[in-house]
Amino acid sequence: MSDGGKSPAGEVWQCFKCRIPMAAGKVTITYLSSEFPVELLKCPQCGLVFVPQELAMGKMLEVEKALEDK
Amino acid sequence: MDQKELRLLEDRCIQENPPACTATCPVHVDVRSFLAEMARGNIDGAYAVYRKTIPFAGIVGRVCDHPCQAACKRGEAGGTIAIAALERACVQLAAPKTAKVPALQKKDQCVAVAGGGLSGLVAAFDLAAKGYGVTVFEAEGRLGGRLWHLGEDVLPGQVILEETASLERLGVRLQLGTAVGRDVSLPELDFDAVYLGLGETVKGLESLELDDRGRVAIDPLTFATSFRGVFAGGSMLTGETVFSIIGSVSHGRRAAVSIDRYVQGASLTASRDREGPYVTRLFTSIQGVEPLPVVSPRNPEQGYTREEAVSEAQRCLQCQCLECVKACEYLASYRGYPKRYIREIYNNESMVKGQHTANGLINSCSLCGLCAEVCPNGLDMGEVCKTARGSMVQKGKMPPSVHDFALRDMEFSNGNKFALVKAEPGQHSCAHLFFPGCQLSGSSPEYVAKAYAYLREGLTGRVGLGLRCCGAPAEWAGRSDLFREGLYEIRHQWHELGQPRIITACSSCYAVFKQNLPGVDIVSLWEIYDQIGLPEGTLTHDGYRVAVHDACATRHESHIQASVRHVLERLGCRVEELAYGRGMTECCGFGGLMSFANPGLAAKVIDRRAGESGTDYVAYCAMCRDRLASRGKPALHILDLIYGRATESLALRPDPGYSQRHENRARLKARLLKEVWGEKVADPTGFENVKLEISGEIKTVMENRLILVEDVQKVIEYAERTGNKLVNQDRFLAYFKPVSVTYWVEYAPAEEGFRVYNAYSHRMEIAGEVQR
Repeated sequence: MSDGGKSPAGEVWQCFKCRIPMAAGKVTITYLSSEFPVELLKCPQCGLVFVPQELAMGKMLEVEKALEDK
Repeated sequence: MDQKELRLLEDRCIQENPPACTATCPVHVDVRSFLAEMARGNIDGAYAVYRKTIPFAGIVGRVCDHPCQAACKRGEAGGTIAIAALERACVQLAAPKTAKVPALQKKDQCVAVAGGGLSGLVAAFDLAAKGYGVTVFEAEGRLGGRLWHLGEDVLPGQVILEETASLERLGVRLQLGTAVGRDVSLPELDFDAVYLGLGETVKGLESLELDDRGRVAIDPLTFATSFRGVFAGGSMLTGETVFSIIGSVSHGRRAAVSIDRYVQGASLTASRDREGPYVTRLFTSIQGVEPLPVVSPRNPEQGYTREEAVSEAQRCLQCQCLECVKACEYLASYRGYPKRYIREIYNNESMVKGQHTANGLINSCSLCGLCAEVCPNGLDMGEVCKTARGSMVQKGKMPPSVHDFALRDMEFSNGNKFALVKAEPGQHSCAHLFFPGCQLSGSSPEYVAKAYAYLREGLTGRVGLGLRCCGAPAEWAGRSDLFREGLYEIRHQWHELGQPRIITACSSCYAVFKQNLPGVDIVSLWEIYDQIGLPEGTLTHDGYRVAVHDACATRHESHIQASVRHVLERLGCRVEELAYGRGMTECCGFGGLMSFANPGLAAKVIDRRAGESGTDYVAYCAMCRDRLASRGKPALHILDLIYGRATESLALRPDPGYSQRHENRARLKARLLKEVWGEKVADPTGFENVKLEISGEIKTVMENRLILVEDVQKVIEYAERTGNKLVNQDRFLAYFKPVSVTYWVEYAPAEEGFRVYNAYSHRMEIAGEVQR
């Protein structure tokens, strides 16, 4: 386990409160009046969402920039 | 920017003006491109460039009287380019090609050309190429007139015959042995227009008005005579003693333009100011150009060989201006020059739908003003970009991510944690107000405390303290609302303190106040050290050599630059001047918030600056010092030399980073409140109490991602308070959006507080609340 940001290997994130594993589900993300329905891991019970670093700093950043220049 | 402003701005960038050779040429041959092709050894390419402008290239190329050559800038560095000899070599060496006959639609109108000399041939060529039916009347039995007198060795008769044969291919009818005015009278010519290129003679032309020299009167702009539809040029205008080959070409061409306009019923005079020779506005520096002598042909009678021609053409400077582009990494990085950039910015601003592709161009400028210093016309791209930013903000088109962090940093500095504007203990007013600035306070808070003590001790009159941001980031971000708001507050506080003189330690604060607070007396801290001397016991530095990195914000404040140097000399330093120093100084890449809009470019900017001298730099702006050091350049702040010990290690100390700057500012306020006023700041509350362990590696990650320690504290405080977090073995992952950015933190409980393993962020919002 390094400080580089990798989650502990081979394990999955669980919702702390509901104590159940995250599962794929529909989430709406918005930016500058645009809405995007996407499939993300979320807690089936309380709706807590998991956005991995790769998504936040990859595709999401790309879309943010594109929308900002529109 | 409206159309008119666009044109005015564009006009100030002279890069697209032609080089002197082209402007001087009466028909504006693209000599620069011609020479570029020659220099590459592409003789046929050069010939093609030449022929684009010059009809009968084989003739003109051999005998042109080349007024272009005297105007060549190379003359100032070794000798003008032998343009005429190169044109001659080109037309002799190029693969023979017959002129292309353009497949233009024939027009119904017909034009008579009287006189088969060069000007008449060119008029006939141009008009036939436009589709007119052209008939040439020539008294002699052959075309060419005086060209035949130039000598077989200079211009072989065969060349004249071959070149003029192109007229017949264009469908020009020839009436040889027929002189207008002798065999056929002018009124007898039943044509829509007539061009006269008959030499100085007036025989048979008595119906035309004559001038006071007894020659046919010809309008020098339109080449019109007194007779409607009759135009004239060549020696008829100049007299036969002045025979200019290229002048004749120009006359024939310009008369053909008039005839075309006349026949089409268009204005004869509109937009003709750039016909014939003129003086170009293009500036080309020959600073640093190595003088090279003209290449002499080994056999002068034969002229240049191919190899000789290529090396002579390689001496061409390919004249351009690009003064600003040479001086500025930002302007160079977009691979154009201001005229193009201004157009792009205008288009960016006026477009309604689609991608705003110039946003990066507009936001990446440091607004440092160096371009205006080096531009022959003083064009300031910074002003253009700043105005564009304001307009983007107003239209709601400024990308929120660009300046958000810097503006929040400013908000921090003007908030409770740092802002403090106070007279001395027990006083309500002061004679001076020390305004150290947020960056010096964030970078070297201990110097602020020392300088404040020095000022209180050394100055006559009481010295108040003003901790806050001057508002420069708001101005740079185009946020005039925030900028004005801040200035209003500062002016109000200044009034309340009895209108003290403001002493700044930051060049940006100085510039902001000087430009926006009229009536307020502003002085830099460096002038005070210069005027009242260094603090007692200041160590000197025994000939320590330093190169001064002047701050771009005070490029016009020569008195501040002078004071800095006096202080350095008094400190025992030996001062080195950088090539780009004082009024010509370069920005460190922080100005204009460049480092937020375009971090990669800002790194290049500071690397370029750092590479200008191997000597340690000294700056008098904290941000400049820290940015230089962040790229490994040994750099000191002038206060390091006054108050610091062990300057060697101080020169290498890293940039403190954004989080540390916040902490330093907050601690400075707390310390000064306690030491000077005996007051205490409020205890930390809420998230501020979250204790963190963060490794150096993660600190760097956070710094690069513009995530502050306080952002991480807020996420963990929220997650621990609500339980809204993910868990994976002993690790937690939580997200929280304090204002506009959602921060994610991976962490685990530690002995004292929490250990941070990762942090990242996004601006897109996750819709919907977490259900309890």
